[in-house]
Amino acid sequence: MNNHLRQLEDQSVYIFREAYKHFDNLAMLWSMGKDSTVLLWLARKAFFGHVPFPLIHIDTSYKIPAMIEYRDRFAREWRLNLVIGQNKEALAKGMNHTLGRVECCTALKTNGLKNLIAEKGYTGVILGVRADEEGTRAKERYFSPRDKHGDWDFREQPPELWDQFKTTFPEGTHIRIHPLLDWTEINIWEYIRAESIPIIDLYFDKGEGTRYRSLGCAPCTAPIKSTARTVDEIIEELRRTTVAERSGRAQDEGRGMELLRKDGYM
Amino acid sequence: MHAAPTTATEHLNIVIVGHVDHGKSTLLGRLYADTGSLPEGKLDKVRDICRRQGKEFEYAFLFDAFLEEQEQGITIDTARTFFKWRDRHYIIIDAPGHKEFLKNMISGAARAEAALLVIDAQEGVKEQSKKHGYLLSLLGVRQVAVVVNKMDLVGYRQDVFEAIEKEYREFLSQLKVTPERFVPVSAKLGDNIANKSTHMPWYQGLTVLDSLGLFRKETARDKQPLRFPVQDVYKFDARRIIAGRLATGRVKVGDKLVFSPSNKSALVKTVEAFNTEPVPTEATAGQSTGLTLDEQIFIERGEIASHEDSAPVVSTTFRCNLFWMGRRPLEAGKKYLLRLATREVECEVAIIHRIIDASDLAARETRTIVGRNEVAELTIRTKAPIAFDLYGDSEVTGRFVLVDQYDVSGGGIMTEAVKDEHTVLREEARRRDIAWVKGDVGADDRARHFGHRAALVLITGGRHTGKSFLARRLEGQLVADGRHTYLLDGANLRRGLDADLVDENSGEIIRRFGEVARLLIDTGLIVVSTTNAFGGADHQAIRTLVHPAPVIAVHMSKGEETPPPNTDLAFAGPKDFDALAAQVIAELKTRGVLAEALGAKPQFHYSI
Repeated sequence: MNNHLRQLEDQSVYIFREAYKHFDNLAMLWSMGKDSTVLLWLARKAFFGHVPFPLIHIDTSYKIPAMIEYRDRFAREWRLNLVIGQNKEALAKGMNHTLGRVECCTALKTNGLKNLIAEKGYTGVILGVRADEEGTRAKERYFSPRDKHGDWDFREQPPELWDQFKTTFPEGTHIRIHPLLDWTEINIWEYIRAESIPIIDLYFDKGEGTRYRSLGCAPCTAPIKSTARTVDEIIEELRRTTVAERSGRAQDEGRGMELLRKDGYM
Repeated sequence: MHAAPTTATEHLNIVIVGHVDHGKSTLLGRLYADTGSLPEGKLDKVRDICRRQGKEFEYAFLFDAFLEEQEQGITIDTARTFFKWRDRHYIIIDAPGHKEFLKNMISGAARAEAALLVIDAQEGVKEQSKKHGYLLSLLGVRQVAVVVNKMDLVGYRQDVFEAIEKEYREFLSQLKVTPERFVPVSAKLGDNIANKSTHMPWYQGLTVLDSLGLFRKETARDKQPLRFPVQDVYKFDARRIIAGRLATGRVKVGDKLVFSPSNKSALVKTVEAFNTEPVPTEATAGQSTGLTLDEQIFIERGEIASHEDSAPVVSTTFRCNLFWMGRRPLEAGKKYLLRLATREVECEVAIIHRIIDASDLAARETRTIVGRNEVAELTIRTKAPIAFDLYGDSEVTGRFVLVDQYDVSGGGIMTEAVKDEHTVLREEARRRDIAWVKGDVGADDRARHFGHRAALVLITGGRHTGKSFLARRLEGQLVADGRHTYLLDGANLRRGLDADLVDENSGEIIRRFGEVARLLIDTGLIVVSTTNAFGGADHQAIRTLVHPAPVIAVHMSKGEETPPPNTDLAFAGPKDFDALAAQVIAELKTRGVLAEALGAKPQFHYSI
């Protein structure tokens, strides 16, 4: 493993351990994508093979079926405590992306998560957000407070220096914890290679000349043209590309992400 | 120009700072655009947004992601951006220049290894230019290149550039910061950013892009003495792992570690890791690791492990330089939470020596509060002794933050350790503990066998307040419950151990009392003491000598009175001694000295 990856790992592990020490009711989001799977792996690094908090999957019901199979397999193998959240009410009323992408993400993901946080009383939620993904995430903190409505006040972010994080907060609010903030897309793949992390095969071309670069709900996530069949080939491809990672993610259009994230989106 | 594919692994964190509107975000945007580092379509997307909103395109919009930032044309929060050039990766942090957002600038600059400081050629050196320069030096960023921007607005004149260089160089020299270079640019027009300008033939120096390449990577900290702040103690399986991240130095299997301030010591048995082949036998500076020890000593988060011959300073008092970002001013005498590496301890500001005015470093102003965005020289006193280093010796263990209510509100660097009234005794205890010859039975073995940990119950109060009654009742009840307890009366020592002492008021009586208590505690006993003859200052001396054993301080009085500091239980008025003894026993349970239930397998409130 190269030096930089090692430094990223050390910093993420440090953040995990701070989170575990300071939050009694901690949980981590796992979407089965490459980032949150690396996140899960780092948790096992931090706690020497254990994952001492539950993993949340917000199931929009529109996920690609292979993702659910993958989830259940590793939940078993790694003895994970899996908590599945779903906004059943919104689904019952027929929420889907044709009613508006931002509306659909807000109802099924943001509100699905917020409801679960309220129900379980989580005070710390760990997410695999990265600064290089899009503009508002570039301005995030490692420990980022959400108010009692789950909203993000980006004007009043806490100072964060010398690895002293915001770990005290008023009752009714919670903290989002971002151990992957400093990682880039290519770092994620380099780490997957260095650690031989089992990753879902939707990321690889299986002969059709396409693969997913970023995973989300089936209707709003498009595969990219690519013939990368292995982790090595993906890394090689990323070194040459100038196309943004989330170009296949529909909700990023216009000011979509700023609006979504202000209201508590991941 | 397109960045060539690279496999370089060196990464450098750079922050862009300077006064508001001097063009930091524009510089950043231009740097990306002129090196072909923007994702495909990004430039067009932003141009398109500008066209639709009917405003002139600005490079700054590339990274000022928030709508509000674009509308107001200022950066509100630090953005982290990633950039690759030649053999290196850069993480460039764009920090806000408006003084309202100084805490965001600090968050950005605190993680940087080098800085570009931007000054507007037309406006010249402004308030935040100086403040940011000063904060960079406090934050430990020593590599600085100054970018004089908007040269196009002053007709690319050499004399304007040189006047700014002279003024700012003089300012930085007072901070002992020597800028690497001054670069005249126009970020808007692209002069001397990635490409050499044709408008300033008088300038023969480097472009901004080339300057980045000359910033050096911080040297590794593994040559410095070992500092391993304990982050947590894990017992997920059969292993008891001391987890933490090495601030400096290196540690290997077989090393003797000394933990400060508890002064406990043990040998490193293994270095633990997940999915790592071969199994490591050492860890170096920066690594998040886990160690197991040859002995089950009780240590807590916040202690700093070092090697025996190079331990950190331990004191309750130090001098520091601090910047304050809190919404409320910092007040002398008010309680704050101090966090240094993984240690958290209550503290107060004992003295505000002066407020440092960044625009006039010689100014001396004495006050009792430090306002938002001010920098001050202080003396701080902590409630309990802490382990630290001077910032000049070790950065990570020489800096701290202060928390006011819920918020990290100040950051400081330690400049001088100040001796407090117990320094001499503390040093004695430290030498004694580090060199202590241990038997094969450790404190945890005794605790498991006895069903309780050792502790000192210190009963204080005036004459005829019932101290002695309570002490006897307590000893009786504890022993009846099967706890190993001993009543230590100072008077017994005076007639025996102290019989050679002529001067009754000598501190030697206290010292001997403390050392005897320390010995009894080492045998695993709960020591109950009524130290009638000693005053409040002496109690502190005893605490210092028995540290880190738990001390339960019980104060008794006839009527209502203010108990001495650090009192755990205060009993005033007429007394039911059985009930009081029960209260002390309850406190012993709360503090984890006693197991909750007799006969049950002891479950202490601490991790063994």
